[in-house]
Formats: sequence, structure tokens, C-alpha cells
Amino acid sequence: MRLPTTVEAGSAFSIQSAGNGQATLYIVGLGQVLKRDVLLGETAFFSPGSLISAGRYLVVLAGVSSTQNGSFDVVSTHKPTNLSFLAKPSRLPVGLRDGITGAVYVLDDYHNLIASPTPVSFELSNPSSTVQKHLVVTHNGAAWTVMDSTAQQGIDKFVARVGDAYSTRVVAQVPGDPCGLKMTAQQSGQQVRLVTDPVRDCSGNAIPDGTVVTFTEKYNGAQSTVDEPLKNGIAEVELSARSGATFSVASGIVMGNQIRWEK
Amino acid sequence: MLKPLFFLTTFFAASSGFASAQAVVRVEPTNLQGPRSLPEETGRAAIRDYLQSWQSLSAAFEQNRASLLDPDFVGIAKDKLTATIQQQSALRIRTHYTDRAHDIKIVFFSPEGLSIELLDTLDYDVQIIDNDRVKTTQHVSARYLIILTPAELRWRVRVFQAEPE
Repeated sequence: MRLPTTVEAGSAFSIQSAGNGQATLYIVGLGQVLKRDVLLGETAFFSPGSLISAGRYLVVLAGVSSTQNGSFDVVSTHKPTNLSFLAKPSRLPVGLRDGITGAVYVLDDYHNLIASPTPVSFELSNPSSTVQKHLVVTHNGAAWTVMDSTAQQGIDKFVARVGDAYSTRVVAQVPGDPCGLKMTAQQSGQQVRLVTDPVRDCSGNAIPDGTVVTFTEKYNGAQSTVDEPLKNGIAEVELSARSGATFSVASGIVMGNQIRWEK
Repeated sequence: MLKPLFFLTTFFAASSGFASAQAVVRVEPTNLQGPRSLPEETGRAAIRDYLQSWQSLSAAFEQNRASLLDPDFVGIAKDKLTATIQQQSALRIRTHYTDRAHDIKIVFFSPEGLSIELLDTLDYDVQIIDNDRVKTTQHVSARYLIILTPAELRWRVRVFQAEPE
């Protein structure tokens, strides 16, 4: 029995047998099984697409009086057409070093893993910032990269590309913590009106409405606190206007300025 | 990275009876590619689950019952193995796979923690049965690439593919 050493997935191949008489040819693997009646001494031809799943295949030629055994490998086509792309996270703050990771497995048209070294391009792009691009060669079919989140909030496209095959993941970059939180105070009748400046992160991105800002008044050893969500980028509140009171502002763990009210 | 993997070697040498009924299991120390270190417990669980997958594979192919693959296989691996079992069934063939020896190396732990890749230099026997007649039993040595992904309670085999050595 003459067998090919390897067959590229989806390619035609043939098996030559010796002897004469009828036999049954088995080609058995974990990825596919074929069985065919053959005449010994003739060549069994297998058309393109007969074996498409990469792996080790056993060949058994069972005749009336004897059985011949052999094996060959079906290998991937080495033409990348499918990428299994794992990216994380889908949402993160801006300006985070090594905050985004991606891993890709390269597959051929028949979803066989392509184990030979293959260059993969990873690109992270945001309409308002520069493109980060890394070129990585696969090892055992896998490649990975780490990217920084950009300074601008928005929806980034994270693309893994091999030749014409590509896969895209969306990464939402959201503002970081408030930065330089500042309020001003104005008399408003019997009250004092506290208003923050537009609240932004350290890269200048507006903190989203709904983020809670905490105003605190300390007076004569007592303390009162009011939580207000940002509306149109600012937070405001009216508190009792008592001379000698101290007002402070914070959002999460970020402290803003303090104002001492003397009127 | 070497220390945890040496530990794995010890673990499976001592516990191969539980992991695989007859197979000798060796786990090689190696250097992973990737930025993420592999927790000892994670590596141990992935190899344990991979070895258990051989039991369900063997039963599924011997009984031509693809549903037996469900606990251990997912995605491409499950689709391909299921299709093969359907082909066997249509041809009235059964196959009996028995793993004899595993020499396993963990080669990749993806940075987001959602996949582990193993390399297994594997010895196994295959018995081919046609219409309840044993046609042959062959011994196979092959190198397999395995990609596992986490499910709720265990690692499941997503890619399972022999590669020429």
C-alpha cells in the first residue's frame, strides 16, 4: 500500500494498493472516517474535499486473506481564513497602561488550527487618537498582545488581522476618575449655592452625567452631607449659609477644594 | 514559572490512576509564552479536565454516542468529533481509543485568562470495528495541540488536533 506522507486539508489524494481481489479501505481519524470498497492493485482516488479535518489518519486495507495498515497526516491549508480572537476588557478607563489584552488563534477555511508561524497584526484605533499597531508571529497557532487604552474616551476598534482575514472587537474607553474637582460658592437668599466647574478626568474627558458628587458642610462640630448626580457635566446644591461653615466637595475617592463661608 | 509546573509533574505522576484509567501521564516543566503567569491550581485543573476528556471521547467513539462528548468538549472540537461519530454510525463502524501515555506541556495561557493551550505527545491504541468485527488494532504516537476554554465548573476542549512531528 502506498500512502501519501501528508495531505493538505481539502486536497485530492490517492492510495495505491498491491495484489488482486476485493478489499475494504478504511481511513479512520478523530476528525473524519471514510470507508470504501476497492480492487487491490488499483489506485483509489479521493476527490478534493474528501478529507478536510487536520489530524492523524489510520489506513486499513482489509482483504479476504490479509490486512495492510498505514497512516498519514492531514495538515491545515496554511491559508488563514478564520481568527478566534479573545479580547478583554470590553470597557475600561482611558489612559490605562497595558489595560487591553488580545489573543488570537489562527484557523484555516476548515477550522483547522494553523500551527506554523504566521504573522498577526493587532490594531487598536480610536477616531480621535493615533493607531496602536503590533505585529506578532504565532507560536503553536497562538499570538497575543497588550495595548494601552488611549487618552480619549469613545469606542475603539480592536482588530486582529492575518492577510485578508480579520476579526474586530469593540472596546469602550470611558473617562477615568475626576481630576481637579473644583466648586464655587454664591449667596442665594438664606442659602449658599455650591456649583462645581464642569467635571473632567485628567485627560480632559467629561465625566458622565449621573456620577455622584458629594457636598459636605461642617459647622460647629456638626457635619451634613448631600449627594448630587452630575447634570450637564456639573453638580450643584444649596446649603445653609452659616458664617464659619466649611464646605467641601468630593466624587468617589477624589477630593475637591474646600470653601470657608464668612458673611 | 518553573516551580508550579514541577509541582504539576509530581501531582500527575502520583495521581495518574484517577486522571486516566491506564495512561502514564507526565507533565513537562516549561516556559509559557504570554504575559500572564499560570496559577498552579489552574494548570492542574486544566490538565485534569483534559485527561478526563479522553474518557468521554473513548466512550463516545466506542458507543457512537456523540452526546457523551458534551461535558468535556465544546466548539470546533465538539463539532468535528460529533461529525466523525455520525460518519462512523452511518458506516456501521465503531472505534475504540485507549490512551496509553501522555507527555503534556502547557505552552500558552492567554492574557485574558480565557484559554490554555497544551501540547501532548501522545501514545494511544485504536481498534477499528466494522459490523462488530475487529478489523485491526493499531498503536499511534502523535503530537496533539489542545486548546481549552473555561466553562462553569471545568475546562473544556475547544481545539483538539494532531500535528505532524
